[in-house]
Amino acid sequence: MLTVEHLQKTYNVGGKPLEVLRDISFTVDEGEFVTVVGPSGAGKTTLLRCMAGLLPRSGGTVMLTRTGKVVDAPPPEIACVFQDYSRSLMPWYKVGRNVGLPLRNTISDKAERQRAVDDALRSVGLEGFADSYPWQLSGGMQQRVAIARAIAYRPEFLIMDEPFASVDAQTRADLEDLILRVRQIAGVTVVLVTHDIDEAVYLADRVVVVSGRPTVVMDVIDIDLPRPRSQVTTKGLPRFGELRTQVATLISRASAEPAARA
Amino acid sequence: MTTTTSIVTAAGRKRWSSGARGVAISLIVPVVILVAWWFASEGSTSPFFPPLRTILSTFAETWLSDRVLSDIVPSLVRMIAGFAIAAVVGVVLGALLGRLRLAASALNPILQFGRALPATALIPVAIVLFGIGDTPKIVLIAFVSCFPILLNTIDGVRNIDPVLEDVMGSFRLTRLQRFRWVQLHAASPQVIAGMRVALSLAFVVMVATEMLGSTNGVGYVTLLAQQGFQIPLMWSGLILLGLLGLIVNGLFVLVERGLLRWYTQGQED
Repeated sequence: MLTVEHLQKTYNVGGKPLEVLRDISFTVDEGEFVTVVGPSGAGKTTLLRCMAGLLPRSGGTVMLTRTGKVVDAPPPEIACVFQDYSRSLMPWYKVGRNVGLPLRNTISDKAERQRAVDDALRSVGLEGFADSYPWQLSGGMQQRVAIARAIAYRPEFLIMDEPFASVDAQTRADLEDLILRVRQIAGVTVVLVTHDIDEAVYLADRVVVVSGRPTVVMDVIDIDLPRPRSQVTTKGLPRFGELRTQVATLISRASAEPAARA
Repeated sequence: MTTTTSIVTAAGRKRWSSGARGVAISLIVPVVILVAWWFASEGSTSPFFPPLRTILSTFAETWLSDRVLSDIVPSLVRMIAGFAIAAVVGVVLGALLGRLRLAASALNPILQFGRALPATALIPVAIVLFGIGDTPKIVLIAFVSCFPILLNTIDGVRNIDPVLEDVMGSFRLTRLQRFRWVQLHAASPQVIAGMRVALSLAFVVMVATEMLGSTNGVGYVTLLAQQGFQIPLMWSGLILLGLLGLIVNGLFVLVERGLLRWYTQGQED
């Protein structure tokens, strides 16, 4: 389990404090898929970078409950997928090498490492592309490489920052279903940040709705939609519409009255 | 897979055809100039502007004979040695200073001063310090051409994409892994751009050092020809230097294309 407790983050911008995260608390249970959704400009990326240990917190804790470990630096239990695939992959290395490099520190046996790379590429439907360069692939395929790299690392937690924001709608739907499949195979717990309400509801077991800056948690909503989910049937359910409206109402309230909270 | 390969070959074909046409177009002007020169200078009696025919026959007699070993090779060896030293020192020192901001700030005035020194003014200094053999020439070529490589490497190693920094951090790469797998590659377009500038500097310094306190080299022969009133030889030396410059630069571009394929092709999409 991953616990975020009273997380705070204030940047120092030119000598002046800029409060981005005011008070964030939620938990992520093992095997759960949690999405964080909020208006654009909320400190969602800041939140994820704090959770992944990439950014020092100003207050509160992020804890891996099973081991009692406080996340102060990137722990081996967490892998990340970033929004901009064209910048997060290394264009000078082939796909196989991109996926395999982080494993040099976790798997010492070369053959076993190769197997992990192959398995990960297969699970995202990219078998046969290990010898291509990232820039030879489409945007959606590049993001699948980034997902394969994270999965091959065998993390307990997969943290994703708007991973499907820079691809077209059809590719986005495909990638959403891909990530649902992959997390089944890999058995990872997923935290995904998005500004897309449909995406947040469609993927999640629970949706954490956050406000605009300075960011607080507005509500955590259980998504009681049946699994496996499907782009056509799930999104056609009346319950999907209700949940969607519920989240949308919270977010529009968040962007309408920032002054009331400050 | 099919789509990928077809994209690659299509891009390759486009580049090749535009390349062949580009070469043809770029040959027009030099050929026109040569032809015009040939006919305009034909029958010239001016000692300063001998007929192109005379220059070319002097060229064949002089430069395509034992002067290859006695002058052209020593020139090129000195240039390549100096450039190689500059490349190694520039990249290693640049990579270090790129990571150590404090040291870089401390050394910056010295670097800027060294870069600003005109190479030709340093020739007498080099002769005083190292005599008149190959050493002062190689040292000077290395010193002058080191700066663009050094400064570009510092800059390149420093400006790593913050997203890649996060990737390296979250996958817990060690310092050495970050350097070898990411920083060095990410900086390479800038490093190689610096090397290209350095190479033309090395060429200029090579010629300049041969014109003062030298006993061989293309620059030496060319200057001697002028002083000995062997004007066709002087002109032929000039043509040779131009051709050598073209060849050296052309070879460098080939190496550059191979090394930066990921960069140039990635930018096309």
